This record gives sequence, C-alpha cells and structure tokens, in this order.
Amino acid sequence: MKTFEKNLKGATAYCRNNPKLVGGVSIILALVLFWLIGSLIVSPARAQPISGLPDQPPSLKYLLGTDSNGRELLAVIIVGTGLTLRIGFLAGAIGLGIAIILGFLSGYYGGFLDIIIRGVVDILLTVPALAVLVVIAAMISGVITLNLMIIIVASLSWMLPTRAIRSQVLTMREKAYIPMAKISGMNNLEIIVKELIPNLLPYLAAGFVGATAAAVLATIGLEALGLGPQSLPTLGMTIFWAVSFSAMLRGMWWWWLPPVIIIATLFVGLFLLTAGLDEIANPKLRRVV
Amino acid sequence: MTIVYVLKRFGYLILVVWAAATLIFLIPRLASERNPIVQRMGQTAAAAGVLSEGVEEMKKAWEAKFGLDQPLWKQYLHYIRDLVTFDFGYSLAYYPARVKDQMMNALPWTIGLFGMATLISFVFGTLGGALLAWPKAPRFLQYLLPFVLTLSAVPYYLLGLVLLFLFAFTTGIFPLSGGYSIGIVPRLSFPFILNILHHSILPGVAMVLAGVGFWALQMRGLMVIGLEENYITFAEAKGLKGKRILFRYAIRNALLPQVTSLAIALGQVISGAILVEVVFGYPGLGTLLLKAVSGFDYNLISGIVFIIILIIAMTTFLLDLIYPLLDPRIIYHRETR
Repeated sequence: MKTFEKNLKGATAYCRNNPKLVGGVSIILALVLFWLIGSLIVSPARAQPISGLPDQPPSLKYLLGTDSNGRELLAVIIVGTGLTLRIGFLAGAIGLGIAIILGFLSGYYGGFLDIIIRGVVDILLTVPALAVLVVIAAMISGVITLNLMIIIVASLSWMLPTRAIRSQVLTMREKAYIPMAKISGMNNLEIIVKELIPNLLPYLAAGFVGATAAAVLATIGLEALGLGPQSLPTLGMTIFWAVSFSAMLRGMWWWWLPPVIIIATLFVGLFLLTAGLDEIANPKLRRVV
Repeated sequence: MTIVYVLKRFGYLILVVWAAATLIFLIPRLASERNPIVQRMGQTAAAAGVLSEGVEEMKKAWEAKFGLDQPLWKQYLHYIRDLVTFDFGYSLAYYPARVKDQMMNALPWTIGLFGMATLISFVFGTLGGALLAWPKAPRFLQYLLPFVLTLSAVPYYLLGLVLLFLFAFTTGIFPLSGGYSIGIVPRLSFPFILNILHHSILPGVAMVLAGVGFWALQMRGLMVIGLEENYITFAEAKGLKGKRILFRYAIRNALLPQVTSLAIALGQVISGAILVEVVFGYPGLGTLLLKAVSGFDYNLISGIVFIIILIIAMTTFLLDLIYPLLDPRIIYHRETR
C-alpha cells in the first residue's frame, strides 16, 4: 500500500498547481452540500404534487414558485439534485467496475478475448448511446424505478473507460517491475491488484468521472424525452414536465431555469474534474491551460 | 486509395449496422415478455373503453400479420430482410401511415440542421482551438477560453432552452418553435426558404455554440503537444513564415486525431441534436422520436433508431475514406492499434 500513500501525498501536493481539479471538486461538493443542507431545511415531501397551490410565481411562501402540479420547485431541485447525483455516481461506479474487469481482461490477458472486447467497444462507441437507451427504456413495461434507471444508463457508460484502461494496462504490462513481480512469485491476480491498480489510480479516477459524466448525460437525455422515473422529481424529469406543460410559453421561468442552472453547473464541475485528472494522468498537458 | 482498405472499412460499416440492428431486434424481446403490439392494443382498447370481446382473435390476426406467431429465428430473418429493403412496416400509433414515409418527411430537417451545425462548429472550433494554442495569435482570444470551456460542458438542449427564452420568448426576434410558420405554403420558393432559415437559426446556434467549445478545446490540446515537436523548431530555424508553419505544419498534423474524434463524437452530437429538436419543436427525427415514445409506437421507435445508427455509420465510413487523403501513412502501414 506504500505506492497508494505516495500517490495520495503526491496528489494533494499537486492540487495546488491544478486549479481545475480543485475547482471541479469544489463544484461537485457544493452541489452535494446544496442537496444535504437543502433537504434538512426544506422537507422533501414538498417536492410531491399538490404540496402547494399550482402555478405560483416565486414568493415568500414558495421561494421558487410551484409548477402546474403544485410541486414546490425549491424542494424539487433539492431532491432532484440528490437523485441525479445518485444516478450519476452509482451508474458511474457500475460503469467503472465493468470497465476495470473488461479493460484488464483485454489488456492484461490479451488474445482472443482482447479481439472480442475491443470489437464490441469499437462498435458500441460508433452507435449513439442515447438511441439504444431509448429502445431499452421504451420497452420496459411499467414504471421505471430509480434503480432501474441506474442500470439502464450504466449499461452504456463503460466503453470509453474500458478503452482507456486497456491501453494503460498494455503499456504498463511492458514495464520492468512486472517480470520482477513474476519472478518474486506473484500470480496474475496479485500483480493486477498490488502492482497495476495502484499505478492506475489517476486513470481509474478519470474513468470514474468520465463514466459518471456519460451516465448523467444519458439520464438527463432520456428523462427529457419522458423516459425516466416518472414519479420522481429528478432534474431531467423536471425539464421534461416543464417542456410538456409549455412552462416557457406561459412565462414560468422559475420552473425550467433552476434545473437548467443546476445541470449546467454539474456538467461544468464534471468537466473541470475530468480536465484536472487528465493533467495528473497526462503530464504533457500540465502547461496547457 | 487501395481497394483492400475501402473493402475493409465497408465490411466494418456492415458489421456495425448489423450489430446495431440485432440489438434493436433483441432488446425488446428480452426486456418484456409481452409483445409490443399487444401492449399497444391494450393501450388503445383502454383508451377507447370498448368491451374486450374478440381481443384474443384480434391479437392472433395482428400477430399473424406482423409474423409474431413465428419462431424467433424466422422473425429475425424477416426483420433483416425488411431492413435491407428499408421497409419498417406500419406506424402503430398513426396506423395507416407507414414508418418509412413519416421518417422521410422528418429526415431532411434533421440532416440539414445537424449537418450544417456540425460542419460549422467543427471548422470554427478547429481553427479557433489552433489559434488558442498559437503563441502569435491575437491576445483577446485568450480571454475567450473560460467562456469556451463553460460552453463545451453544457448540453446543447439546455443552451437551447436559454436561447429560446432570451431570443424568442423575451425579445421575439426568432420564432418559438417549429420548422416553418403555420399558414405558409411549403414549396420551393424564396420566402419559404427564408422562413425555414429564420426558424433554424436558434437551434443551429445552440448546437454550434456548444460544439465549438468541444472542438476548440480538443484542438488546443493537440496543438500544444504538436508545437513542441522537432519539425516545428526545424521549420522555424529554416526561417519559414509563421502562417506557413501554423497551417502546413502545426494544424495539418493536429487535424488527424481531430478528424478521428469527429467520427467518435458524431454519436454524441446526434443524441444532443435529437433533444435540441424536442426543445425547439423542430419537425425532424428527434421530435418524431418523442411522439413515437409517448405513443408507444414500437415500429416507429425502432425505425428511427435504426436510421440514426445508419446515418452515423455511413458518416463514419465516409470519414474513414477521407482520412487517408489527410494522412498518407495510413495506406502503407497496417493498423497496429
């Protein structure tokens, strides 16, 4: 575990020179705090329909107004931020898990498996993910639950991390410390867990953020088409309801603008995180921005 | 360009389209035990509120008509045969209409908007990104960077919503939705084309603004790495003019990975385009997809998804054909990736 500690120490020291990473982490943390503190102050129950009068503009009673079903929008975006973050992070974690398994199988063991995995990744990367997800989500009979949504979006968020991990494993496999470890009697699994994964940490972190970003993008895209958890006030579903109730034409800016701002902030945060992690993983970029 | 290369790429095109088509065929049959037609019939029956007598016979008749009573492999063969002839059957939600006709009406809108927007954002983004990395470029470009960074992170359709609010709802400069004004006769005339352009500007701008950032950032990264190469130093030492170094040495080399990622990014771009259309009520494939989803029109959904995948695969194929023209090394070396 020494390498891990060293990596961690190096990373904290490096943070001072990497404002993008710091910025990204702060934005994501701010959103998490917004959700945590928000749910303490505002009861999540008020995000349900008929918790207030419908179509109310922002006032002292309803800070961000209400929508046409009487949901209070302040509560909606607080709960929605939590739900969307949860979908994103869990789907990202599942995506990264798949990517680690496939990436190592493909890069470390190679051979026939490598050809198959590479082929599948290449083909799936060409196919627009949203299109396939639409087919999956549209075919699910009954209500889409939160967990189901996580699985749906996770099912197509693993390709890019798989590719990245595979190519890193390919280069690392050639490093001198691998034969060294073999001579010292480590088996393949031990080498992967003790030698490769610690060295891959920056890439795994970048892969996690990448998979999370892909998952959030897919969730909000699907939800904007109405293919999300209909009974839950996620950010994407809020946009869907706002568009289908023509909130904009009716001048109800408080319905669609807050979720747009939160989603945009979330994407900027994820983007800065990716850029920051890229700089760690790819030192050549350090002086770029 | 060698024949082998073209054939190989064409084979890959067929493979991608076949794999995607098989996915579209299998997913609904794995996801639910009920077949889509019964589900749709149930919805219609519930909406009409009639007695459910004779539903069983109707179901049998429909299943026979759509071939759903046959074994899976036979259905699959029929499905592939239909796809090859571009026959997607009838729309379930708008029954007498055929899926093909509906898509043919929507397709030109999507290709026009999506094609133009992608082209413009790629060209401007690539040039802008190159200049951002170029030390002799005007200073003011550097100040655009944070702006570009932010734009590239925000999805197209959210930007679309904001633009819609600012330029259509509040100021009324551009129309709120649709592809052309209601009441105008759709025919090939100057006012009609002007009307279409007027309607296309906002969705187009939303896509270009978000797209430019993505391409500029990526190009900037490629350029910064490229500018450190020895051939740039050598070109400078030879006393070549700055413009010549920029265009012939730096941009030309950075362009290759940029075109590769264009092929990869197309899928994302078209997913964004679908949602932009939904936001703007633009009469393309995206809006049609929304209608199909809300009407549970399985045939229409799978038709649209297939066409989208086909467009992407064909564009990737074309890019693959252009690629050797940009990078002559490709023909002589076997792919070692």
